[in-house]
Formats: sequence, structure tokens, C-alpha cells
Amino acid sequence: MTNYLDFERPLAEIEGKAEELRAMARQNSEMDIEEEAKALDKKAADMLQDLYKSLSPWRKCLVARHPDRPHCKDYIEALFNEYTPLAGDRNFADDHAVMGGLARLGDRAVMVIGHEKGFDTKSRIARNFGMARPEGYRKTIRLMDIADRFGLPVVTLVDTPGAYPGKGAEERGQSEAIARSTEKCLQLSVPMVSVIIGEGGSGGAVAFATANRVAMLEHSIYSVISPEGCASILWKDAEKMREAAEALRLTAQDLIKLGVADRTIPEPLGGAHRNRETVIADVGLAIEELLADLDGKSGKKLLEERRRKYLDLGSKGLAA
Amino acid sequence: MNWISNYVRPRINSIFSRREVPENLWSKCDECGTMLFHRELKDNLNVCTNCGHHMAITPRARFAALFDGGAFATVKVPEPMADPLHFRDQKKYPDRLRAAQKTTGEKEAMLVATGEIGRTPIVAAAQDFSFMGGSMGMYVGNAIIAAAEQAVKLKRPLILFSAAGGARMQEGILSLMQMPRTTVAVQMLKEAGLPYIVVLTHPTTGGVTASYAMLGDVHIAEPNALICFAGPRVIEQTIREKLPEGFQRAEYLLDHGMLDRVTPRTEMREELITITRMLMGLPPAVRGDLPAPAPGAEAATEDENTKAENPATETPKK
Repeated sequence: MTNYLDFERPLAEIEGKAEELRAMARQNSEMDIEEEAKALDKKAADMLQDLYKSLSPWRKCLVARHPDRPHCKDYIEALFNEYTPLAGDRNFADDHAVMGGLARLGDRAVMVIGHEKGFDTKSRIARNFGMARPEGYRKTIRLMDIADRFGLPVVTLVDTPGAYPGKGAEERGQSEAIARSTEKCLQLSVPMVSVIIGEGGSGGAVAFATANRVAMLEHSIYSVISPEGCASILWKDAEKMREAAEALRLTAQDLIKLGVADRTIPEPLGGAHRNRETVIADVGLAIEELLADLDGKSGKKLLEERRRKYLDLGSKGLAA
Repeated sequence: MNWISNYVRPRINSIFSRREVPENLWSKCDECGTMLFHRELKDNLNVCTNCGHHMAITPRARFAALFDGGAFATVKVPEPMADPLHFRDQKKYPDRLRAAQKTTGEKEAMLVATGEIGRTPIVAAAQDFSFMGGSMGMYVGNAIIAAAEQAVKLKRPLILFSAAGGARMQEGILSLMQMPRTTVAVQMLKEAGLPYIVVLTHPTTGGVTASYAMLGDVHIAEPNALICFAGPRVIEQTIREKLPEGFQRAEYLLDHGMLDRVTPRTEMREELITITRMLMGLPPAVRGDLPAPAPGAEAATEDENTKAENPATETPKK
């Protein structure tokens, strides 16, 4: 069953009708509905094409947050061999919003780390909807440190609404944990590659994505604040999220222009959730290419280039 | 509605409001409501003489009280691209900027200066909460990088006074990118072996706290300053319960191990002198109010400062 987004409702109706027709035909073999059903399929395909041809920034947010979109766990399970999760921040707890560990991508041993949102109510609660607490960032720092000392490239998969705004998280130093994680990214002497696979939410994403190369899925987003949050502050009305999404320039396409992202990874028509296998394979290929691109660079050079990249940001604006 | 609310109450209100005195002579403490004589308040660095409440202070007023003899040279900050996203909410971003420039008389939300405190040469940077909530955009990022570069060049410690609601939404992702950018600036100081002292003032929140404000060698906060990542209102909405009194205030953070000290503004200068001199391997300072350093000392650095270029242009990207 497909979970349709609000703006896909007309599509849902047509696809539903085609489905109904076919169900009726299965019960009554004398009915010839094939032609009609095919016409409906064609209409649905055209509509899907039309809807996704130029998604508005707000619609991209909805696609990026789609519950059936492949998540970090799906990518890790499908793309990496010998995945060996490493847990805990050696301090307080293991944060299930963040998963990571040693793994092989092809022949290459890497440290893979990402936010995991969960796929049903139970796992979403266990994963805290992908919103990390300080322990998550401190685990990330620890894993990056291991990678750095043993010469393993770091691969991060970013998909978080943001850092968790909770009481305990604040008490245990959410700000400091995020700041240190970003700092760690900027201290690594090994290659670091990040892919924004869904939502890149604010500081919680920066702490994972301050990398040599940043790739973004076609309909993923990366923003300083959620469109809803921005709307409620600047428009004093959370319902103005469409306008806010537009103004924030949070799409992969705009972030390429601004130099924040280095490349986009195309998604299947209708979004990553409509063809999970393809998109997962394409992300794997992109990571391999990005890592290959960094091969042969010395640790010092990788570090310097990463810092220079961030210092230089802001020199590119959007064309008017 | 009756005649009491329609007639009597406005009359009473008008009598009370007439008691409000001209703004330029007296100001009212935000906390205890005591009327404070303007000059007295200024001499006490905008700290209420009655209840000790710390009110906002502009970077210029802070520097005037911080540096010996009130003498400092501002460091030139490379100008970022204006309105890179062509951002528009209910107002255009350039209009909001101009309005802030007009009301504050400052160009942007951070001021960087060199000078001496207790005859100790330092670089200082201060964020201006009255300028669009002190928000961290590309200019603030450039200011921190310029401050760090200046400190490294002159081999001086950097003292940074933070005050901000967070990242500047009108610069979108580019404001978020100031988190890694300013972190690189802090790394420059650490690698040069220079002290980086953060003074966290009310309020320091969001992406500012989650980057350069929490990466200091020493963290000092002003009393009762709100310091957090997510603001109390956001947390209350998330967890649906009331937060305890004093949550996310300086004293609370001190208790939770995020700060080294909480120090009143009026004692801050002496404390900064003591700490920086020890970290810089200098003998104890001569105490008391000091006149400005001999002319020429800072003027020389100012000339160098004006030559400071955009860090982006220094090393060409390969």
C-alpha cells in the first residue's frame, strides 16, 4: 500500500479507481476492463510525472519526510557488508536516534554513522524520530575518533528533524555536544563524505555533515530551521510554512548553487519511497565515487581542504 | 463594560503613566522596576544598583569599560555578500538590516577590537543583541574569523562576548554554515596555542551556543543569563510540562558542568585580566583603572587591521 501525501490525493484517486476495476475483474471474469484500467494507469503516470516535474520547496519537505522513504538503517543493511554496530558514548547512554559502526563498502572498511528515524510507531519512539540527544553526538565523536586513529574514511547519512529539544538533553549539554561534533568533523585526517538522505535539520545535521563532500538526494532538504518554525517566528503564523520553505532555499538544487552541497543524487519519479532499491543502489554508487575522488590525498590535505571549503562558503549567492 | 472600565480605569492609568519620566534621564530596571538614574546605571555597566539584574549592554559600551582608558581599535571585518538568498518574509531582509542599522548605529551584530586590559594586549569580539537579536549570519561569522586571525597574527588571546537568539534565518543555510566556519576560527586559536575565553551573556541560544560559544578554553557567564540550545518555550511545547525555575540560566549551567564560572559584569574585567595573564605566562597585573596605553601602540595595529582581507581570498582554493 502506498502512503499518499496530501498533494498526491488526485493521483491516489486515479490509482485507487484502477485498482478497484482490477479487483472487480478478478471476481467477474466476463468483465473486460483492461483497456479502461490501462487508460487510468496512463493518466496516473502522467499525473505523477506532472506532480514531480517541479516540486515546490514545501512539497519537497513533505517528500523528504515521507514515512516510507528509505532510512539510514535501510541504506546500511543494503549497501554495507560486515556492518558491526558500535554503541554508547562511554559517558551516559547509547542514543538510538544515532546508529553507526564499522562496515565495508565494497572492499573498503569505513566508519558509517547516521540518524535513524524508525519505520513504525514502536521503532520511531525507540529512535526518538531521529532526534539525537547529547549522547548521540558524543557517540558520533567517539566513532569519528576511532576512524581517524585507524585511517578509516567516515561516511555519514543525515536524516534528522533536528537535535532533540528536551529537558534532559539540555541538562547534559546539547549545545556543547553539537559544537564538539562539528569540531571533530573539522579535525579528521581521514576522508569524510556525507549524504543528506531526507531531512538535514539545523545544528543536528551540521554536527554530522561538515564533510569533504556533501551529496544530497534530489528531494532532500537542509535548513537552518524547519519551515514551520521559521513561519511561526517571522510570519507569526506556522501555517505560512509554504512561504517559509520557499524563502529558506532549503532544496538540494539551491544548496548546490550556494556551494553547500557538492552533488545531487537523482531520485526515481515520485520520490525515493516509490523505488527504494534503485535509490539505495544509487546512493551507494555516489558514496563510492565521492570516496574515490578523495583517494590519495594526505591527511593534512583532507583536513585543510575541508576547513577551506567551509571558510570559503558564502562567496556564492543565488543568481537573481 | 461599565463606567468603571470605560472611564475610571483609563483615568487611573493615565495618572500612573504620567509618572513615567523622560527616557533619557531615568531608566527602569526590567526586573525589579526600580527607577535608575541614567548616569549611575551607565557607571554600573547597565547592572541594576538595586537588585543586581544585568541589562543588555552594547558592544561599544562594554569595550569602553573593558579596555584600559576605554581605548580600543576596531578590527575591520570583511563585508559578506548582501542578501544572498533574496530573502523576504513580511519584510525584505535588506529593509530589516537597514532598520537595525538605523536604531543601533552599528553596521552589524558583532564588533571586534584590539586593545589592552590591565596592560594585557587582547583581541575582543562582542555580539550585539540589539542588532536583529544578535543573530549569527555571514557578517558575524566573518567577524569571528577576523578576530581569530587578528589574535593569531598578534599572538594575543581572544575574548568573545556572546549574545544571540541563534542563527539569522534570513540568510538560511548560509547562516547555519557559520557553525563550521566559526569552529574553524576557534581551531586557528587552539593550534596557535592562544587562549579563547567565552563570556556568555543573556541570551546565548541556538546555533551560537552549539558552536563557538561552547568551544572556549574557559567559559564565564553573566548572572542569570539564559544559555541553551533549544529555548524554554520550545521545550515546554515538546515535553508538555512546565520547566523548573532557573532552568537554562547561568547558575543552572554552572551546576551542570557547562560553565567554569558565573561572574557579575562589574567584576568581569578584573577576572579576565587575571585569567588571561596567567594563561599567557605574564606576571600579575597592576590593579586599578589604567589610562589608555601610550598612543601609537594600538594605532600601529589598527593600520595592520585595516589591511585584513577576506580570509577567503588569502589562499586560493585548489
